[in-house]
Amino acid sequence: MLETFIVLLGFQWLGELIKQVLNWPVPGPVLGMLLLFAYLVWRKQPPDYLQREVPKLLFYLSLFFVPAGVGLIDQLQLLRDNWWQLLIVLLGATLMTLVFTASLLNLLWTRQRIQGLPEKRRERFK
Amino acid sequence: MNVSSDLTRLFQQPLTWLFLTLVLFKACQLLQRRWPDVVWLNPTALTIALLIGLLKLTGVEYQTYFSGARWLHELLGPATVALAIPLHANLNKLRKAWLPLSLTLLTGSLVAVLSGLSLGWLLGLPDSILLALAPRSVTTPIAMGLVETAGGSAALAAAFVLFTGLLGSMLVVPLLRRLGFEHPVVLGYATGLAAHGLGTARVYALSGLAGAFAALSMGLNGAFTAIWLPLGLHWLGLN
Repeated sequence: MLETFIVLLGFQWLGELIKQVLNWPVPGPVLGMLLLFAYLVWRKQPPDYLQREVPKLLFYLSLFFVPAGVGLIDQLQLLRDNWWQLLIVLLGATLMTLVFTASLLNLLWTRQRIQGLPEKRRERFK
Repeated sequence: MNVSSDLTRLFQQPLTWLFLTLVLFKACQLLQRRWPDVVWLNPTALTIALLIGLLKLTGVEYQTYFSGARWLHELLGPATVALAIPLHANLNKLRKAWLPLSLTLLTGSLVAVLSGLSLGWLLGLPDSILLALAPRSVTTPIAMGLVETAGGSAALAAAFVLFTGLLGSMLVVPLLRRLGFEHPVVLGYATGLAAHGLGTARVYALSGLAGAFAALSMGLNGAFTAIWLPLGLHWLGLN
């Protein structure tokens, strides 16, 4: 557990440092994630303790954004004043993104066979 | 002894709110496990809604709540860094089809942001809302970090991410089935890119292959958007 937090906080700290030095508005933890990812690609295999303990931490990921989410209490008026516009935007934009990405990947897929992946296109969902 | 003043003092204790956050989240998780098909039974959304209701009811300030719950908030940073591990685990799948997958990522990431911004702009939404809308397809910790760093409301960003995920996970299967895109790779990759973790959880239930590609595109889109969006927002004059 301790090694895991030393690695994670170390990379987060490194991310914050780079962010400050480069004056780049990317969140420190995101830079830390990219750095850790690059390190894992170079190392080829994550250390055992990370493989064992990170899933336990990520299992509660959705709990960790509850405190900030409750901050919505100060934004309720803003949501109430714009609710129908927001409904249209979120619905429309989500539909557009889904249709665009699925169509493009489907098109590129037929141009290039993806090796090593199942070919059958008839796999139906329940 | 005055019971009501004792209760009031209890609700002014930050520890009470940390404890309530944990208990309510656990209860919502149990409810979701009991009825896994009910989309709106999302533990995060439900816990946030219940806590907001409780704060309103007791008249307690958000600052009091947050001084207790900030413990959990601080774990968001290391947990975001930890997302590198599942992303790395999915790397092999990327190697097999890097060209179509990366082209879809590069353009899809732009469409995800610009579709929300342009619709919102057309409907006359204020800049503070547009800023929080921009990263709505990206996984919550990254979206919150991006909006906070750009000077916007992280809570608003989290709400839009959550609504996007709920809508995406409800719409994806009927929509793509109607369009005839039923290959698990296409379905999974599009869902992870458009609707992050909530969408990923939805398609995992249908097919393991779709779930793995959803996890992959969720991670890639989060990382890629985090790189270009700060510059894009600056260019659009939103921060």
